[in-house]
Amino acid sequence: MTTGWSRRDFLTGSGALVVSFSMAPLVEPRAWAQGQFDTHQSHIDPARLDSWIAVGSDGIVTAYSGKCDFGQGMYTAQTQLIAEELCVPIERVRLIQCDTSVTPDQGTTSGSQSTPTNFNTSGLAQAAATAREALINIAMQRLGVPANLLTAANGSISAKGGRRIGYGELVAGKKFNLAVNPRAKRRPPSEWTVLGKPVPPLDIKELVTGRFEFVHNVHVPGMLHGRVVRPPAVGATVASVDEGSVRGISGLVKVVVRKNFVGVVAEKQAQAIEAAAGLQVVWTPGVGLPAQQGFYDFVRKQPSRDVLLVDSKDVELKLAQAATVLKATYCHPYQAHGSIGASCAVADVRADKASVWSSTQSVYPTRQGVATLVGLPVDSVRVIFVRGSGCYGLNGADTVSLDAALLSQAIHKPVRVQLSRADELAWGENYGSACVIDQRAGIDATGTIVAWECEPWSVSLGGRPGYDRPGNVVTGMLAGYEPHTISPQAASQPTGELENGSNAVPSYVMGCIGSNCGGAGRIHSERVLTHSVKSPFFTGPLRSPLRLQNTFAHECFMDELSAHAQADPVEYRLRHLRDPRLIDVVKGAAKAAKWDARPSPRSDRRRGQIARGRGIACVAYEGDNGYGALIAEVEVDPADGHVQVKRFTVAQDCGPISNPAGLRNQIEGGVLQGMSRALSEEVTWDDGKVTSIDWNTYRSLRLGIEAPVIDCVLINRSDVAATGAGETAITVVAAAIGNAIFDATGARLRQVPFTPARVKEALDATS
Amino acid sequence: MPGIPLRVNGAVHVVDADPETPLLYVLGDELHLRGPKFGCGLGQCGACTVLMNGRAVRSCITPLGSVNREEIVTLEGLGTPEKPHPIQQAFIDEDAAQCGFCLSGVILTAKAFLDQKPKATDVEIREALAGVLCRCFVHTRMFKAIQQYAKTRRA
Repeated sequence: MTTGWSRRDFLTGSGALVVSFSMAPLVEPRAWAQGQFDTHQSHIDPARLDSWIAVGSDGIVTAYSGKCDFGQGMYTAQTQLIAEELCVPIERVRLIQCDTSVTPDQGTTSGSQSTPTNFNTSGLAQAAATAREALINIAMQRLGVPANLLTAANGSISAKGGRRIGYGELVAGKKFNLAVNPRAKRRPPSEWTVLGKPVPPLDIKELVTGRFEFVHNVHVPGMLHGRVVRPPAVGATVASVDEGSVRGISGLVKVVVRKNFVGVVAEKQAQAIEAAAGLQVVWTPGVGLPAQQGFYDFVRKQPSRDVLLVDSKDVELKLAQAATVLKATYCHPYQAHGSIGASCAVADVRADKASVWSSTQSVYPTRQGVATLVGLPVDSVRVIFVRGSGCYGLNGADTVSLDAALLSQAIHKPVRVQLSRADELAWGENYGSACVIDQRAGIDATGTIVAWECEPWSVSLGGRPGYDRPGNVVTGMLAGYEPHTISPQAASQPTGELENGSNAVPSYVMGCIGSNCGGAGRIHSERVLTHSVKSPFFTGPLRSPLRLQNTFAHECFMDELSAHAQADPVEYRLRHLRDPRLIDVVKGAAKAAKWDARPSPRSDRRRGQIARGRGIACVAYEGDNGYGALIAEVEVDPADGHVQVKRFTVAQDCGPISNPAGLRNQIEGGVLQGMSRALSEEVTWDDGKVTSIDWNTYRSLRLGIEAPVIDCVLINRSDVAATGAGETAITVVAAAIGNAIFDATGARLRQVPFTPARVKEALDATS
Repeated sequence: MPGIPLRVNGAVHVVDADPETPLLYVLGDELHLRGPKFGCGLGQCGACTVLMNGRAVRSCITPLGSVNREEIVTLEGLGTPEKPHPIQQAFIDEDAAQCGFCLSGVILTAKAFLDQKPKATDVEIREALAGVLCRCFVHTRMFKAIQQYAKTRRA
């Protein structure tokens, strides 16, 4: 099969909405996209089965999902899901992802929510279960055989004793015309033959042979090329634009200015680059930036929006009674998504309608944003997801879609916009938040923790644009729309259930609001007060947003407490945990790693030699959306502070596993990406602008590194709901490495990234 | 402007573009090839890699005019989904991709290096890949796939 789907014919007519595929040639027309507005959001009612599933007269099952694949394996897993629930060979399933003309609005593909949404008892899974039951019902009437004597298998329904009828013949190109049945029964994991199996990525052959169509490869007839000109400093605004400065450039079509958005359109890409570089724009000086040195102290002093997540109101008392009180502060920098492909989009905005080919993770919200920017009714805009490079949250995909729309609107022709590397890293994406996190805890004479208090500060500006905030990404803001910003507010007493979506509450506390205790741990005396302050840079949900930063602080601090109590870090965690699934992953990782049980740091370390150590960290992701524990084994070179991770052992529980091969791939990528973030990555700036603008200044670990061995323990549970899986492992990497460095050397790293210079400094301070 | 002949994946194309134009834009925008990708435009990541007479070069910083009559092979010129090249097959065998955007850099850099030095050690292979980026961090699978290909080269 091909996923390089490029020509999709929409056959609406009287029958079911079926999209046919064809093998992708290298060049294909895109002109069909204009005028394809046969279905609108209002016609894609998620309560109706036909919005999700269509069976063609050829027996091909077409499914429509609002959750898309950008490399995390959702295309393959969702195809498996449909094959499983409808009992049809995987080769006969076609999955259409995220196109506002044909797929249901499932908001944004993000937050480890695709699996919970589409693989349990809602969304795509429930529609598929309904479809299987509907097919049985049709067969029952057709064959005059009761349902309990009918079996669905291999794309057809068989009656006991022989008669068999294929889906294509059963449905005969008609719509189901049914509501999704919330009580339709999912096939139990014990009977799965496709889902739960290690199906290889369905797109792998197209990817490795260069056939796969990325948004960067989209060609629309008559398409021109755009580039943007971003401000030279944060807060700089356009004073004047000298269009004459680029008049001589051949192929230049237009200079486009809208408030502080500046871009150029040319016939060819190289001409657009030349024009963008040559265009003389006078900008105001900008607003200036707080010094990077001292930024964490700056953050603390800003007016903040505070949320009290838990407060047992006895923390001060318990700390006063404790044998020992420990305090520590952890710092985590801004980090970039740093997608390997600078973002790209194609837009065709005409007087009465618009199409946008975009790698956005949110086609419906982006459709609204484009409609707002170009002044069209939302139903006249179509956003078609075409995969970009790996995103990990909110890279430049949304902002470049708005860039393309603005440039296309100005010339009434299709325009492709490719951001430059510097555009992407400095003015394209929304960074993962910088955080500073204060921890304070008391332990009694036996070493048990009696009270834990945590105060994290995070920074925020903009974010996902959603349906009503185009200003949340760079281009929307430049075009005059306000980003979401923090309005300071004092905290009120927590009510209802524990809210731990950002993992601000450590796993080791009870998490009680009144008598309702939603935490994973045993410590009764607890207080967590979060502070959000305005960020000078755009921020967004970079993989494991705030969960990673908070968990880094919790899990390192837990290690500090454990060391102070002279306890083994695994045993000490288990002593303070009560969530059985979290306990199981900690035990699972320890067993697989043959954990060397003893207190940290190791007592046999010698000065001047390569130091070896191991560290553990664990998390109940978002409180209950996946469980992971990670053990890192490291070597630290005291001569230069270089940290070499030798081995990672991961244990993960995400409920019933959709695809163990895909899950391993996600875990492996997650821990190595986490290692790069922990050891190397940091957004930098000077007094006016971001200075990490390419791969020499934003430092990612390369393919040539000596990668650690990665062992995965997958805990497959069929008696619970499926959870997210792609953000769990990365969440615990910095803490596990930091704890291993401490074990090896006795030096505690409390600031990410653990660069050689920072490690060396910590080592020198320890000795 | 007279056309510039360009030999790509076994065919000769006559391209109407400024000789200063980076090769990548010609391959992508004019020939509609999908293998080489724009990653950085600075030669820092490898996503735009193509083979030129068997050497791995970064097409985003290679002017069209410098290509002359050299034979260019892109990722799609190496093999097909039906008949992948052995190194592509090794990546398929190892599920060695996530988003897949970096694959031209990874596969073609490794292939060019191993074709020139079939007996390379793991350390040498790593050194050859020191300038290649994969931001999904599929490193371990990719390295296994490359080792698998290296084994077939040595045999």
